[in-house]
Amino acid sequence: MTAVTADTASIVKGGSLRRSRRWALITSYVCLGLFAIFFLTPPFYALVTATKSTEEISNQNTSPWLPSMSPTLSNIETLWTQTDFPIYLRNSAVVTVCVVAITMVIAVPAAFSLGRMKFWGSGVLATGVFLTYLVPDTLLFLPLFKVVGSFGLLNSYWGLVLVYPTLTVPFCTWIMIGYFQSIPKELDEAALIDGANHLQMLFKIFIPVALPGLIAATIFAFTACWAEFVYPMAFIFTSSQQVLTAGTITTLVKADVYQWGMIMTAQLIAAMPPLILYAFLMDYYIAGLTAGATKG
Amino acid sequence: MSDTIPRTAASGNTAAAIARPGSLYRMSRQRSTIAFLFALPLLVVIGGLIVYPGVYAMYLSTLNTRMNRFIGLGNYTFLFSRDTFWMVVEQSCLFAITAVIFKALIGIVTAHLVNNLPSKGQRKWRGMLLIPWVMPLSLSTLGWRWLLDPTYSAFNWLFAQVGGPQIGWLSDPMWARFSAILVNVWFGAPFFLIMYLAALKSVPGELYEAASIDGATAWQKLIHVTLPMMRNIISITVLFSLIVTFANYDIVNVLTAGGPRNMTHVFATWAFQLGIASGDIPLGASVSLFMFPILGVCAFFILRGVRQRGREI
Repeated sequence: MTAVTADTASIVKGGSLRRSRRWALITSYVCLGLFAIFFLTPPFYALVTATKSTEEISNQNTSPWLPSMSPTLSNIETLWTQTDFPIYLRNSAVVTVCVVAITMVIAVPAAFSLGRMKFWGSGVLATGVFLTYLVPDTLLFLPLFKVVGSFGLLNSYWGLVLVYPTLTVPFCTWIMIGYFQSIPKELDEAALIDGANHLQMLFKIFIPVALPGLIAATIFAFTACWAEFVYPMAFIFTSSQQVLTAGTITTLVKADVYQWGMIMTAQLIAAMPPLILYAFLMDYYIAGLTAGATKG
Repeated sequence: MSDTIPRTAASGNTAAAIARPGSLYRMSRQRSTIAFLFALPLLVVIGGLIVYPGVYAMYLSTLNTRMNRFIGLGNYTFLFSRDTFWMVVEQSCLFAITAVIFKALIGIVTAHLVNNLPSKGQRKWRGMLLIPWVMPLSLSTLGWRWLLDPTYSAFNWLFAQVGGPQIGWLSDPMWARFSAILVNVWFGAPFFLIMYLAALKSVPGELYEAASIDGATAWQKLIHVTLPMMRNIISITVLFSLIVTFANYDIVNVLTAGGPRNMTHVFATWAFQLGIASGDIPLGASVSLFMFPILGVCAFFILRGVRQRGREI
């Protein structure tokens, strides 16, 4: 739109607007380039370090910023064979998959009920769901320590499966309410006339139509579980039950010698699943991110 | 015309139900029972894992260390008498407010810059700039800790090449505070970028055209068109980020673990230190409850903003 106006104007005014627009564009690229350097420096530096041996890292004469002269895969090898990293990876996967499934089973029918069916108090409850989403995990971990303890699940990753829904359920319900409410009323009335019951309505009409919302909610739940740090730090004390975030930071960093090459390798591998998901489903990811404030 | 028919049918429902408690009445009763059953698991999760622990935290904060005696406000009076507590209050506020201001500024600038680009390239840039927000925060902070390492800091190496000063990023109290804020800005600014970019796209193009016809400069368009149209989303994002930043645990714990001399502790890390590491759960709970007032105030205004926005759309 603006390009078109600029073009017609440039015909009239002899190119001064086009030139100023070109300069604006170049400035934008330069500034964005600087911001991109700021945002991408840590992952880039981690990648550079991950390919170096400990000797090369501690050699202060070579630039730490340049890729290795003799790239090595020994870091991955040590990480895989001599540490508990594979166990953390497996535990993280189990916990995340369980919690994402539980979250969807709880959040989708609840959002359907609060957004479309309505019952006494459903409006207040929808607001309550949003408010509980704003309660941070750092406010809850101490009382939850007692709650998890009373279930006998301290120091077990099943305890994490119990408490992680506090991170995911409120937000997923909230954005699903928004998606369900945006579906036209005529659709469920037509289904009712055809004799569908509420479960059929949910599965045959609402879930297929609100599928983008469902994907966005799933991605959110996955990312939140994978990245959670406070709960595993508080509730898990043995390596065999630990998950990736807390495991990488407690055992690898607190070892006798800092092996930064290995630590950076672990960091990159652990950050991979959310990044891969994001690379393929970026639009859903961004839709979910912005939906929290715009829907409902 | 066609959409008025179902609506009259719906209002007929209630009239018929009152007049003759027959099948329709039963259906609406059944409907709200089913609706309640659908929402029941949600109620259990929210009640059992969020509301109950919240109330339980308040009860815990009135107990002594061994949790067998009620001491009223004893934990709070103890906290008020400690210098560390006031340092934590100061650092938490400094950390949250400074970081949110910079995140919002960087977010607004980058959102405008991305919006300036031809629409083909926008997706690519947006995708690249959001990477810090996608990486798990505790792990990317670990990357920062390596960048700021006392002996091998890559920034200090660069400074050494040009004869600049060697900075104790994590050992000097002031620089350690700066580093914690820097990491937070790095992590949070992309979230602002995405929110503002979405808001920028929702401003109707006619408004800018009208402003151009009236002879407005780019700066005037920003002040008189863009910012007023985005006011609501800006305040929601800022308040939301204030809550998240205020309650942050990952950055300070991984970067400095509260040191040097407790100078970088925020509420969350100090509560963890007292409650889990030192085993004084009631005292830790008292500290974490200090996050509650700011949370309440922010939540109130966010809710108001979200409702307003719902009406606008």
